[in-house]
Amino acid sequence: MARINLEHIRHAYGEKPKSEDDYALKEVHYEWNDGGAYALLGPSGCGKTTLLNIISGLLQPSEGRILFDGRDVTNLSTQQRNIAQVFQFPVIYDTMTVYDNLAFPLRNRHVPEPEVDRRVRETIDMIGLAGWAKKKARGLTADQKQKISLGRGLVRNDVNAILFDEPLTVIDPHMKWVLRSQLKKLHRQFGFTMVYVTHDQTEALTFADKVVVMYDGQIVQIGTPAELFERPSHTFVGYFIGSPGMNVLPASIDGSNVTLGPNTIALDFQPKVAAGAKTELGIRPEFVRLGREGMHVRVHKVEDTGRHKIVRAEFAGKPIAIVVHEDAEIPAEPRVTFDPSAINIYANSWRVGREA
Amino acid sequence: MEKTWNNKAWFMVLPVLLLVAFSAVIPLMTVVNYSVQDTFGNNQFFWAGTDWFVEILHSERFWQALGRNLLFSGIILSIEIPLGILIALNMPKKGIGVPVCLVLMALPLLIPWNVVGTIWQVFGRVDIGLLGFTLSALGFDYNYVNDVFDAWLTLIVMDVWHWTSLVVLLCYAGLVSIPEAYYQAAKIDGASRWAVFRYIQLPKMKRVLLIAFLLRFMDSFMIYTEPFVVTGGGPGNSTTFLSIDLVKLAIGQFDLGPAAAMSLIYFLIVLLLSWIFYTVMTSSDEQA
Amino acid sequence: MTARVDTQTPAQASSQTTASTTEKTVAAAQAPRRSLSWIIPTLYIVFLMLPIYWLVNMSFKTNTEITGTFSLWPQDPTLRNYIVIFTDPAWYSGYINSILYVVMNTVISVAVALPAAYAFSRYRFLGDKHMFFWLLTNRMAPPAVFALPFFQLYSAFGLIDTHIAVALAHCLFNVPLAVWILEGFMSGVPKEIDETAYIDGYSFPRFFAKIFVPLIASGIGVAAFFCFMFSWVELLIARTLTTTAAKPIAATMTRTVSASGMDWGVLAAAGVLTIIPGALVIYFVRNYIAKGFALGRV
Repeated sequence: MARINLEHIRHAYGEKPKSEDDYALKEVHYEWNDGGAYALLGPSGCGKTTLLNIISGLLQPSEGRILFDGRDVTNLSTQQRNIAQVFQFPVIYDTMTVYDNLAFPLRNRHVPEPEVDRRVRETIDMIGLAGWAKKKARGLTADQKQKISLGRGLVRNDVNAILFDEPLTVIDPHMKWVLRSQLKKLHRQFGFTMVYVTHDQTEALTFADKVVVMYDGQIVQIGTPAELFERPSHTFVGYFIGSPGMNVLPASIDGSNVTLGPNTIALDFQPKVAAGAKTELGIRPEFVRLGREGMHVRVHKVEDTGRHKIVRAEFAGKPIAIVVHEDAEIPAEPRVTFDPSAINIYANSWRVGREA
Repeated sequence: MEKTWNNKAWFMVLPVLLLVAFSAVIPLMTVVNYSVQDTFGNNQFFWAGTDWFVEILHSERFWQALGRNLLFSGIILSIEIPLGILIALNMPKKGIGVPVCLVLMALPLLIPWNVVGTIWQVFGRVDIGLLGFTLSALGFDYNYVNDVFDAWLTLIVMDVWHWTSLVVLLCYAGLVSIPEAYYQAAKIDGASRWAVFRYIQLPKMKRVLLIAFLLRFMDSFMIYTEPFVVTGGGPGNSTTFLSIDLVKLAIGQFDLGPAAAMSLIYFLIVLLLSWIFYTVMTSSDEQA
Repeated sequence: MTARVDTQTPAQASSQTTASTTEKTVAAAQAPRRSLSWIIPTLYIVFLMLPIYWLVNMSFKTNTEITGTFSLWPQDPTLRNYIVIFTDPAWYSGYINSILYVVMNTVISVAVALPAAYAFSRYRFLGDKHMFFWLLTNRMAPPAVFALPFFQLYSAFGLIDTHIAVALAHCLFNVPLAVWILEGFMSGVPKEIDETAYIDGYSFPRFFAKIFVPLIASGIGVAAFFCFMFSWVELLIARTLTTTAAKPIAATMTRTVSASGMDWGVLAAAGVLTIIPGALVIYFVRNYIAKGFALGRV
């Protein structure tokens, strides 16, 4: 297990990047704690797999250094870095049995056969394929195959980190949940450093201690699930996390007063906004109160999810979503108030701090 | 894929059935017809029963030609298959090299077979050919017209030249269809170059290798045009393969009965051997 | 687990971007291990090209030079051999004949193979497996076996020395091959696509032409390529079935033996000309070759 430092990593797939836009992965400078469970979350093509492959050594970054426990591994191969990685589609060695598949990484490293046997048996129990050891891997189901891929990482108990590249894409929803809890359990039990790439926020939020949200080749926020929810540091995080996503409304700011169309709200802090910046107010639908007092709003439709209702409305000429309690009544002349502590102010899409 | 039972599908197969019946069944019936009759010309035929079959199966000439065919197929398969795999493994995977390699390698496959023969006939000639001239200049006593060994060598090198590309292209197609993740996983598992070949590349190439093997076996076993142009079956009968012998018998000597009987036996041998190879090579698949 | 996370905001991170360009460029420092694997294909291609080069070389030489001196390139380049071919109708009509029957064969083979391949890939029917195997056995039939009966069959229909005779005869081995290749590609198309189209109210012919055929276009291309190839290179049957009017170019080559001995130059030039159509076809399908040779089912 290791602490992983990424120092000013950048990557471009083409030769000689000219502008910032040529980089598939823009500057990343970050430390991953030993034993941490991290999720890399973001839409397709945001650079998360690139970052993962740079950590595992399948890809050489164009710029920057990678350290494992302080040791520079930038120029080391995947093998030398001692990393396990599970891919989106299960990779198994068709012609081998389940047992031999799991023994493969150990035998390649010339681990003595009794030790191989002990560890394979242990792993095979861990991933719940004990009865299948002698079966050819070819005939297994997708989730069993993915378990083998995972097992090939777990069987090497000295790996520096286990990396997952959207490992549950091909798995049935029910099995997804089972595998995810198994992973979580294994993580607690053995304390591997885990990095998990996904575009599914539920997966990221349930799996990881820290979620790294990526957008357009850069990391926009790193935080606990609660931080991402309450204090999205970029409007993208606001949209991307939560269902429905955060309401982002164009606003003009004057001292501690925010003006949204005809309405003005007084904040309990003074956001420091540079002149000429595009300013917006972000508020989660969960923190918009619908009642008979406050600012005027026009309700368009109400969606009932079973646990709560989502009200789609128009506020100051912009669409807004409001989450209300399952049996709350929608008043005839609806008005809204915003929970002051849940208001975030954005300048040019980046959050402006309270304290600033 | 789950297929539905539908006998109306026969209507879709009907055009193929009619066409192949016309171009295969009727001629084959003609052959069967001849094989059991004797003639003294003037379209007068007599029932000959299995006489011709017995005659062919007892003729040394037939068995020798068959032996030559088996030897030839065996040699070229044991050269072309490993060589083809080796070249395919070392082909560039991307960049400008890929189309260049593919186009140049495919070229011999699209040269008419008698031109292939002509090219090598000329190339191997001691007086005007680059190969023959160079070899004799180097002091080798090379002459494919007179020397049995040289004739065989020329035919084998010619076949390797002509057909190895087929194996290369098939294997290459199998190799490029392997997802990148397999190689990445192998790196992570610390697999050696040999292990990657043995456990990833070879299993993924298995199907195309089966196709390559069967096609090369069938075509080398039926070879006619190229040796006919280069050696004409000689020196002596040393390169007279079954096809050459058959054409000699049928068109040269117009011995229709024996030729027809030999045709049928020949056809059956190709079928039988292909079936055996196919069964043996796919049987390991079935046991899970 | 201690929180040693770098707490800089992304805004700060991007401001550092410019500073980090001075970091050493790793990619440059770690040049990929120099690989020698290009040697093997290169040697092989040299081996393939030598005999072809020699043929081209000869085609530009005079007969005196070919037989008299030994030279690696033409000392006295001449176009005479090509002029002989292009001015003699017997030569260039050979070309047209070959192309005609090859194209006819390709069209017929693919056209009849399409519905059959669809039937094999989608349905089970009485005797389907036997039928499929029987079709494939025709690919294993030695052309030498069929040469004589073909001659008699087509004589009976008065088709000797016509292009269609050769085209039909070549169907013997091309139709099974086309069915086999197309069946592979079609099996790769999910059956749900057919079902969705029927639900959307497509009739079978319309579905086949509008939806299915475009889906397997590359498979059709591959099948056509193989049909073209095997029809173009085959000579035994083509020569048996033709005398003058439909004689293929490759057969015309035997004419170069004249009273004054072998006309090597013209023979070489004719050989070079027979290579060109194949080379053109390969050039056009170069991007599909790898996929095509996988026959759609790896």
